[in-house]
Amino acid sequence: MKKILRRKSMLLGAALSAVLLLSACGGSETSGETEEGQEPSAETTDEEVKVGILHSLSGTMAMSETSVKDAELLAIEEINAAGGVLGKQLVPVIEDGASEPSIFSERATKLLQQDEVAVVFGGWTSASRKAMLPVFEENNGLLYYPIQYEGMEASPNIFYAGAAPNQQIVPAVEWLLENEGTEFFLLGSDYVFPRLANQIIKAQLEASGGTTVDEQYTPLGHTDYSTIISRIRESKPEVIFNTLNGDSNVAFFKQLADAGITSDDVTVLSVSVAEEEIRGIGADVLEGHYASWNYYQTTDTEENASFVESYQAQFGDDRVTGDPIEAAYFMVHLWAQAVEEAGSFDVDAVKEAAPGLELNAPGGKIIFDGDNQHVWKTVRIGEVQADGQFKEVWNSGEPIKPDPFLEGYEWASEISSTVQ
Amino acid sequence: MAFSLSKYLFDRRWLFVALLIILVACPLFLSDFRLNLLGRFLAFAILVIGLDLLWGYTGVLSLGHGIFFGVGAYIMAIYLKLEATSGAVPDFMMWNGITELPWFWAMFENPVMAISFAILLPMLLAGTLGFFIFRNRIKDVYFTILTQALVIVTVTLIISKQEYTGGTNGITGFSTVFGQSLMAPSTQKSIYLITVLCLGLIFFLCYRLVHSRFGKTLIAIRDGENRLRFSGYDTSLFKVFVFALSAGIAGLAGMLFVLQVGMISPTTIGIVPSIEMILWVAIGGRGTLIGPVFGAITTNLAKTFFSENYPDIWLFFLGSIFVIVVLFLPGGFMSLFKKWRFKKKGGIIDETKSIEEAKRPAV
Amino acid sequence: MEGMIVQGFNGISLGSILLLIALGLAITFGLMKVINMAHGELIMIGAYATYVIQLLFKNHLPPEYFNWYFLLAIPFAFIVAALIGMLLEYTVIRHLYGRPLDSLLATFGVGLILQQTARSIFGAPNVGVEAPPFLRGGVEVMSVMLPYTRLFIIALVIVCFLSLFVYLYRTNGGRRIRAVMQNRDMATCLGISSRKVDSLTFAIGAGFAGIAGSALTLIGPIGPTIGQNYIIDAFMVVVVGGVGMLTGTVIGAMGIGLFNTVFEFWTNASMGKVLVFALIILFLQWRPEGLFSLRTRSLD
Repeated sequence: MKKILRRKSMLLGAALSAVLLLSACGGSETSGETEEGQEPSAETTDEEVKVGILHSLSGTMAMSETSVKDAELLAIEEINAAGGVLGKQLVPVIEDGASEPSIFSERATKLLQQDEVAVVFGGWTSASRKAMLPVFEENNGLLYYPIQYEGMEASPNIFYAGAAPNQQIVPAVEWLLENEGTEFFLLGSDYVFPRLANQIIKAQLEASGGTTVDEQYTPLGHTDYSTIISRIRESKPEVIFNTLNGDSNVAFFKQLADAGITSDDVTVLSVSVAEEEIRGIGADVLEGHYASWNYYQTTDTEENASFVESYQAQFGDDRVTGDPIEAAYFMVHLWAQAVEEAGSFDVDAVKEAAPGLELNAPGGKIIFDGDNQHVWKTVRIGEVQADGQFKEVWNSGEPIKPDPFLEGYEWASEISSTVQ
Repeated sequence: MAFSLSKYLFDRRWLFVALLIILVACPLFLSDFRLNLLGRFLAFAILVIGLDLLWGYTGVLSLGHGIFFGVGAYIMAIYLKLEATSGAVPDFMMWNGITELPWFWAMFENPVMAISFAILLPMLLAGTLGFFIFRNRIKDVYFTILTQALVIVTVTLIISKQEYTGGTNGITGFSTVFGQSLMAPSTQKSIYLITVLCLGLIFFLCYRLVHSRFGKTLIAIRDGENRLRFSGYDTSLFKVFVFALSAGIAGLAGMLFVLQVGMISPTTIGIVPSIEMILWVAIGGRGTLIGPVFGAITTNLAKTFFSENYPDIWLFFLGSIFVIVVLFLPGGFMSLFKKWRFKKKGGIIDETKSIEEAKRPAV
Repeated sequence: MEGMIVQGFNGISLGSILLLIALGLAITFGLMKVINMAHGELIMIGAYATYVIQLLFKNHLPPEYFNWYFLLAIPFAFIVAALIGMLLEYTVIRHLYGRPLDSLLATFGVGLILQQTARSIFGAPNVGVEAPPFLRGGVEVMSVMLPYTRLFIIALVIVCFLSLFVYLYRTNGGRRIRAVMQNRDMATCLGISSRKVDSLTFAIGAGFAGIAGSALTLIGPIGPTIGQNYIIDAFMVVVVGGVGMLTGTVIGAMGIGLFNTVFEFWTNASMGKVLVFALIILFLQWRPEGLFSLRTRSLD
């Protein structure tokens, strides 16, 4: 009897190791055996081609990135309904970056090496983009990135669909100086984008006669702004330039309104508050404040009317669009157009074909720039209305050329010279 | 004969040797990507051996090992970054107006310095902290919460001092290691094998340690520290030593992790990852050394499997695994084995027993 | 002078928020010794409960009632969180009494499940709760602006604390709870159903987390991961005050709140946070069991 027992446990041990082994190589069975040294190229069958979608669906960033994923899926669906790309249907492979840069880099590798996708649409935070960048360069993949960011980057393997600083921050500061005042309070979350954005703003203010009365950063996820608000009271700025991120915006605006500071007392211009964030903050406390983007749900174009309609038809009437959502949507179309132009899914061919392509996006005409893989976009300043939508108060009239290194600005020479 | 054979067969050492053989053979049939993934999990497996030493054997639960893992990881990352920029100031420093390499970067340009400090600095840190903490008899839950405070301090500092650390972006963009392209399959294969080797060595070292007189003292500290103290042992010194040792192992793991991931950022070493590390130990079976190794590998495999296949709802699965294992298998997966193994062998202490034993029975 | 008053008020205000989020934990962790990592998620449940009530008022009742939704939301948040807490106690916690560190691990898993549940029900983006009209604006005292929401939270925390105190120390139910927590076997021998008391105690702790969540909708975000913003702070408060001591929790919360605002004012928000947590670590060197601790002569 004991012997049998022992044998059983022996079997169990063997079984466990076997299970481990199997699960460990589970991936490789489906991987389609990449031969060593062979450049992984897009896996295409006669009817289908895989595309990757890589956003945070869990963790703190999920609140922003889930809608961006939806917009990408919508674009893919539209393309498929219209006959696909080069006659092939797009099959999305969705991965969760889990708000964690190292997972982004891991899943990007998986999408490129294991699934052999033709392109990846993904990322939100700079940290996630920086983590994926070497992966795409190493594997010669293609990443479309939908978010406005701090600039100072132009990887040949990343196509930036969001605004560069000169398409969002710089014109916003100009507009504020002209219309709202010259004394700026710079408030941001303590990470890379706000730090770099504020450096740009300070240089710009210095060159155009504005002043910075205070510059404050709060940790990510910070929810008590009473001390910051005391500082605002003390320094009496005319403008607060807000580069806070995510949750902190909710706390800041609610507490600002509670403290009795309204848009009549001081103007807040935000660069990370879009329609969806307004719903989380409450339009009542945001009314009269401004944002700088390249697109609003209220932007008056033919393409936008149909985009908003199909987005809401797909995901619910109560959903709102916004700049990152629009960028995510049009960049899928932009990629499809580049592939059609190239006549191939090959990354190098697409890269070759992309420069100069034009598209009527919901936010107006965009042009893909061959020099730095960003897009020309129209800059728009919007004012928050009581219904949570923006009213456009100013736009640049025409698409502005992206300038991620701010080389076209005299006052930014010190910042741009630091980047080789 | 049959008896002695089975005795060896079920001995943890041989289980471990079998695991090592499988791991060494993995490069033969895993794709480059999966191998790299497995290598990361093995780095975690190294880390949990140290954690097990601390929690499973000494009864000290640290939710702060992300820090020590992070110190090792960041030092290696600094070395790799400097190799990529060939000693020049990295771009993120220049954005922040730093034009000269700070000394704590410059010193890690030397690989010997980097590797030794990646292990020694966590030990030193843990040793100093542990000296005060354990001398002041901060125990149990208080110690656990205190380590979480340490994690918050460290992560907030790393993020806010971004001119030196890269902030939330962390340190990325490496190119080579010792002149070899870092992400090339051949380099990664060697790093993988080095990781397996380290895992073997660390396991062997800790195995010897816990089966020595020293190890018995650790278990005694866990099960009755005051009695030991009254018998004339300076228990806090033992704890300091184990804390430092496990921190050094965590540093080594962090170093190997960076080599395989190609980046490090503060989210990888924060509160949640630090808790997850403990969960790997619990799931595998604390106080068994081999259990946590299995735990780290299988939990991460499961996490990857669920999140790749069910990206929208995988947290349900992962959360349920944590709850179910803690509820129904307090000794982790290894307790499944133990039920058979130690039936007749009276001589060996059942290490998990006193932890499992509810001090207050559920009514 | 004015600056000092402002900072003093900010500190008390932050302290009252900390106390509110820690009050539930002072019961589940302090009295029951359960390290409930899902406490943050119970706060989240309270916040979502408030959101649901607000939606109901907005969509189904005439606008003149909207002013009062919050007064219904608070008890509703308490009940929802308490019921979920009870369920949690019955399915998970019950098996883990006396294994505090195991309860930490299991409730961490519960927290993940609750987060994902919230995401599946309410969607991943934050949802908005509009403050009731009577809490907008503030009152000016000696040229210092005191927002009504902050005053309301301070009042709420006082009410919560007092009712908890009265319940624990002046009623039979509270006496039973203390009896079971202090000497379970003896209490059982005297005919107290410890099973029922456990369940009730945990439900009360969870309910207070729900109230905290409800109040936090006035000043913070409402989303699936908000619990993570508060959980560590809550533990720090309880540990600094001394596990099992209600008064300790109050002093811990106020101390951390005041030091936090002072440090933040001196330096900046990040360094303020670093300094506060560093101070907590130093403080524990001096008082390894918190400010107040039950002195016993028993060792193991």
